[in-house]
Amino acid sequence: MPGITREEVAHLARLARLELKDEELDHFAGQLDDIIGAVAAVSDVADEDVPPTSHPLPLTNVMRPDEVRPSLTPQQALSGAPAQEQQRFKVPQILGEE
Amino acid sequence: MTVTELASYEDALDAYDPVMGLEVHVELGTRTKMFCGCATGLGADANSQTCPTCLGMPGSLPVVNATGVESAIRIGLALNCDIAEWCRFARKNYFYPDMPKNFQTSQYDEPIAFEGYLDVQLEDGEVFRVGIERAHMEEDTGKSTHIGGATGRIHGASHSLLDYNRAGIPLIEIVTKPIEGAGARAPEVAKAYVAELRELIRALGVSDARMEMGQLRCDVNLSLRPHGRAAFGTRSETKNVNSLRSVERAARFEIQRHAAVLDSGGTILQETRHFHEEDGSTTSGRIKEEAEDYRYFPEPDLVPVAPSREWVEELRAELPELPRLRRNRLREEWGISQHEMQSALNAGAVGLIVATIDAGAPADQARKWWLGELARRANEEGLELADLPITAEQVARLSELVAEGSLNDKLARQTIEGILAGEGTPDEVVEKRGLKVVSDEGALGTAVDEAIAGNAAIADKIRGGKTAAAGALVGAVMKATRGQADAGRVRELILERLAPSE
Repeated sequence: MPGITREEVAHLARLARLELKDEELDHFAGQLDDIIGAVAAVSDVADEDVPPTSHPLPLTNVMRPDEVRPSLTPQQALSGAPAQEQQRFKVPQILGEE
Repeated sequence: MTVTELASYEDALDAYDPVMGLEVHVELGTRTKMFCGCATGLGADANSQTCPTCLGMPGSLPVVNATGVESAIRIGLALNCDIAEWCRFARKNYFYPDMPKNFQTSQYDEPIAFEGYLDVQLEDGEVFRVGIERAHMEEDTGKSTHIGGATGRIHGASHSLLDYNRAGIPLIEIVTKPIEGAGARAPEVAKAYVAELRELIRALGVSDARMEMGQLRCDVNLSLRPHGRAAFGTRSETKNVNSLRSVERAARFEIQRHAAVLDSGGTILQETRHFHEEDGSTTSGRIKEEAEDYRYFPEPDLVPVAPSREWVEELRAELPELPRLRRNRLREEWGISQHEMQSALNAGAVGLIVATIDAGAPADQARKWWLGELARRANEEGLELADLPITAEQVARLSELVAEGSLNDKLARQTIEGILAGEGTPDEVVEKRGLKVVSDEGALGTAVDEAIAGNAAIADKIRGGKTAAAGALVGAVMKATRGQADAGRVRELILERLAPSE
């Protein structure tokens, strides 16, 4: 089974903002192939009467009433931020120079 | 910056047929966010309405806001949609700091509402049916402030600051089917659709839907195709068009721009465009060189939503009268034209007029005050009519005071001024400012006698039968009484005293 190609791994890496070297692309393509193959074993037992499942528990409609709960203080919220300014999370330049 | 070539609007429509798609985001007015209990009030301190869930902290888990789901179903029903028997949330993955989770919780191929329509009425009364593709639940993003650029824009910024108070506030995204067949009226249809949707959202009470506050935002997708061709042309997506007038202008501008590009043999790029309020133009944003890959997948942390049919039918039964039908009913009750009703609607006055009538005022008086003096005041202050510090009950009382002759129009306007200045109720303002019409015959009689004595020449004319000259004396009396006299009674008194001798 041809499975995951090197190009697909490169595409996924780009979407996930991961920088992979050439040899890593080959390495992960093989590994991902194995993983997909292992997961595909599920298809062997799934039958027409077993619908695809995204949630293992037979639950629906878990909701909460629209009632305000306490928030964190801004100081707590920002306590793990690598950088902050004006009580806001400071992030690096979003768009590079064009 | 290059100048954008535009075809004339008429030429564009001679050659091409516009097709539009409108995407509207409505921020719900729930007390809490969609997936956590953080408050949603505007104007709070930066990052004071956040918690581990809306900050995307490891280990935190979302729980759906029941009112958010209920509002989504009610919007769907009011848009004549089917309501899903079972649907899921999905993660829309992307890297951008406005969502700390690196994904937006949204819905993908299982929207809660789908396949509906909204009938919108154009200025001349024509009804145009806009098909609704879907309405789905999602969450708003945080607010970015870009630092270091010349104009606060992202271009040229050295860094950005994020306030996540808005991240997680419930949004309903409503997507139309392609709007075809509107021809030259496409921009008008776009505006009427957003206006009607706004009225609907307000009638449902699910959001204040104030565009200037970002509670209702519209993306205008537009393409042109030569007449007679079935396939759509390439579309542009003009983002965040945030007033009714802008929706109309953006559609019009894009029609003219596309036509110029196509006329010169060029091709339209599929891109997002930014709308500029100052001149009604759009400029290129991001070019979509490839289909976006958001890697949607079902949200594992939220269980499916499966609204029971009983619940859906209960909500359907409780829907309010639809705004368009209500307006047509009111228009007949008030005996006014389509155009007059449109003005009342544009002024945001319909609900206020209804409330004033409910409080006892005749329809014509309620309309007169809200669309006249009060609209003028609101305009001067740059406020919405509803935000003026005067209630429908107070306007009804004012109209009552005028009807019983205690106030004339001029005094009523002064009373309004007092009410808006926070001096109290109509009766209190009249009392404090001493604004009652002088109808005490003794005081009026004295003022009339003085006016006659001071204007002997005019008095002679009236004695001679020229009753039209009485106006000048009425004016003198009104001036002497600082406008507080009942002008009709003054005129009667003058004519009695100066009746031609037998």
